[in-house]
Amino acid sequence: MTAMPVVEAAIPTKVSVRDLDFYYGQSRALKSISLPLYTHKVTAFIGPSGCGKSTLLRILNRMYDLYPRQRAEGEVLLDGENILDPGIDLNLLRSRVGMVFQKPTPFPMSIYDNIAFGIRLYEKLSRSELDGRVEAALRGAALWDEVRDKLNSSGLGLSGGQQQRLCIARTVAIQPEVILFDEPCSALDPISTAKIEELIDELSERYTIAIVTHNMQQAARVSDFTAFMYLGDLVEFGETNNLFTAPHNKKTQDYITGRFG
Amino acid sequence: MEAGFNRQTRDNSVSDLAIVEATPRAPDLDRGKVLGRMALFDFFFHNLTRAAAILVLLILGGVILSLVYGSAPAIKAFGLGFLTTESWNPVTEKFGAVAPIYGTLVTSAIAMLIAVPLGLGIAIFLTELCPHALRRPIGVAIELLAGIPSIIYGIWGLFVLAPFLQQYVQPALISLTGDIPVLSSLFAGPPYGIGVLTAGFILAIMVLPFITSISRDVFETVPPVLKEAASGVGCTTWEVMRYVVIPYTRVGVIGGVMLGLGRALGETMAVTFVIGNAHKVSSSLLAPGTTISATIANEFTEAVGDLYTSALIELGLILFVITFFVLAAARFMLMRIEQKSGA
Amino acid sequence: MSLYSSRRRTNAIATTLCWTGTIFGLSWLVLILGALIYEGARGLSPAVFTEMTPPPGSTGGLLNAIAGSLVMTVIGVLLGTPLGMLAGTYMAEYGRYSKLTMIVRFINDILLSAPSIVVGLFVYTVVVARVGHFSGIAGALALAVLVVPVVVRTTEDMLLLVPSPLREAAAALGLPRSHMLMRVAYRAAKSGIVTGVLLAIARVSGETAPLLFTSLNNQFWSTDLNAPVSSLPVVIFQFALSPYKDWQQLAWTGALLVTVAVLLLSITARALSSQGKHK
Repeated sequence: MTAMPVVEAAIPTKVSVRDLDFYYGQSRALKSISLPLYTHKVTAFIGPSGCGKSTLLRILNRMYDLYPRQRAEGEVLLDGENILDPGIDLNLLRSRVGMVFQKPTPFPMSIYDNIAFGIRLYEKLSRSELDGRVEAALRGAALWDEVRDKLNSSGLGLSGGQQQRLCIARTVAIQPEVILFDEPCSALDPISTAKIEELIDELSERYTIAIVTHNMQQAARVSDFTAFMYLGDLVEFGETNNLFTAPHNKKTQDYITGRFG
Repeated sequence: MEAGFNRQTRDNSVSDLAIVEATPRAPDLDRGKVLGRMALFDFFFHNLTRAAAILVLLILGGVILSLVYGSAPAIKAFGLGFLTTESWNPVTEKFGAVAPIYGTLVTSAIAMLIAVPLGLGIAIFLTELCPHALRRPIGVAIELLAGIPSIIYGIWGLFVLAPFLQQYVQPALISLTGDIPVLSSLFAGPPYGIGVLTAGFILAIMVLPFITSISRDVFETVPPVLKEAASGVGCTTWEVMRYVVIPYTRVGVIGGVMLGLGRALGETMAVTFVIGNAHKVSSSLLAPGTTISATIANEFTEAVGDLYTSALIELGLILFVITFFVLAAARFMLMRIEQKSGA
Repeated sequence: MSLYSSRRRTNAIATTLCWTGTIFGLSWLVLILGALIYEGARGLSPAVFTEMTPPPGSTGGLLNAIAGSLVMTVIGVLLGTPLGMLAGTYMAEYGRYSKLTMIVRFINDILLSAPSIVVGLFVYTVVVARVGHFSGIAGALALAVLVVPVVVRTTEDMLLLVPSPLREAAAALGLPRSHMLMRVAYRAAKSGIVTGVLLAIARVSGETAPLLFTSLNNQFWSTDLNAPVSSLPVVIFQFALSPYKDWQQLAWTGALLVTVAVLLLSITARALSSQGKHK
């Protein structure tokens, strides 16, 4: 692996991945990955499909734990605490590290309940406090104006882009510290995509964000840092501007200029 | 990088975000407590569901154990001779299972002989030949019929089919086959109406919707591309079925047929009405006979004496063992076709 | 050319056979339903729903049998459904990849089509022989044993249909699986599970064999579940095999009632599940 350029040493690190290996059964999907996620910055994982970018993202909230025969080795430190530690409280971890998925995943309940649901789990609030929190979350996801008149109708009735923003609102509502986006725009049209990208940029002022995308322009638009991965290796990590304008590695250069992938 | 964004929206949203920020974040300590409670409930629920799964297992185990336990006196008294003795005499308490086992196998065989070709034919009709407008209604009708309780088939067999067979069909069969060596003994004796043949016939009608709907489901697992490819090289409808669909789904169809057989073997009510309940093995299909389930249904509540009851329970055990293997084989085959279509 | 025409002929023959087979097969089913409606409807009168089953040679109704069937079915379903749902939940969620699940699934599929008379024998040896007499409770237990596999199967199938991203999304909020199930998965699978329960009721309401020697029969009105209880299928069985015209007529009418109930349940189940698919 190429030596990583030291970038803005002053920015605090929220998540630090160290020598991370990941296995699906016998096959090794990630090979000693090390990289930081800087506090309140957007980090994009890019690379051709099958390179391990989604796998890496799903380790950060241990989503892989839902499935058998998958295991991670190495360290992933969230504020200095290793989340791969078997003793860690998974549910607490996931309430701190939220996730937005490739396809919108509204729950089969009303728009209001989709948001209030998560809040109610963790806090006892009065009806009016809860209303306020729901509204704030929906505003935060730039969805309030579109749904304020139909909060009691099903979340499944919204358009794809609205559903995705509902899912973001749902994630934001329980006040995580890190938000993971797994190709959040791959199922959306260009206008909805633009809205989500704008939203991610705003959210980065409050949250540490990691986003997986197969769209290099999107990575260039929304991220502060970019990690390029290839076949389970981290090929290059750096500030997005630098990586896209002056990649150090030949493979990175080939990929971002569209020569493969 | 931000140049593309609309300044106005952005400012609005930032103030919105400020609202979120204004409410203090629930400290992790509280969250930990809440999550701890939820985890406790989760632990409880996890074990509750596992206990339920184990209970389902125990019920089947209980069925087998109770049958073995209940039939122990009869097994002790008759040993393996139970399986080779024909006599069934409650007065002398001599019991043998040959007649009911024979009846069960023969009625099921008749049922399968009639229902399998018919069921497959209807399934082919439904998947390939039927006009589209009729496909759904007929398919739904057949599925609904598969759910009709077997006692309905029984009562119809007793009051409608048996008299009809007795008056018109059986006399004709007897006179037609009178001179043919093997058939004449198959169709010998007076036309009772009720008997082994009638029971087999009723069973056939009963398992027909069942075999049809499973075969149709299995046929529908064939990828349309395969069928189109075969049609593309000029195959006729029949050839597509014969050389593509049936080979592709063979295992599944056999599985479906076995499932139907499992039903026929264990069916009680449809048979009990029309079999005649006679404990003897007769070469004639027109003669009354009995099956395992019919014997149990007819005699169990009237059985006096532990040995009698126990012999009936042993019959149940035999039935269960037979159907267990048939059903296990059927499930195994259907599982293979499911894996194939899933892959 | 001759090869081609023989192929054409084979096809024509096979096609014709399928057509005739279908018409032949369906006509039997039509005949059965026709006879059932014709014979059953003749005996329909208010008395059927208001009077008890008569002694031989006199007229009466099916009230006690209908009531007995309802009560035992309800208890059987109330006992069998939670057990089935919990076991199905384990198989689709907590234990999706475990060995126990594979074994239970296999066993459950066997139970699903096992001869119901064997279930009757099971309950007889475990309950009736112990207690010493036939009872409505024993009948309800036998029905519950028949309800369980149907509900297990549909619950598992329906939960497996819940898309895994939905499951992951709930987990991503920090929810333990039990909360995900209660708040998300059961909701998403609701119509399917209700369908399964309806089908289980339909299956159980026509069952005769397991009731013959568990709940037996009772000629009179009885709400005592500790005593023999009458049920429609058993009454149909006894009356149909009797030599009395009145009884035979009541058997036909009872058969019609059972069939109508079963068909209504299956049609409702069907409508529900296709509605669920459209969502």
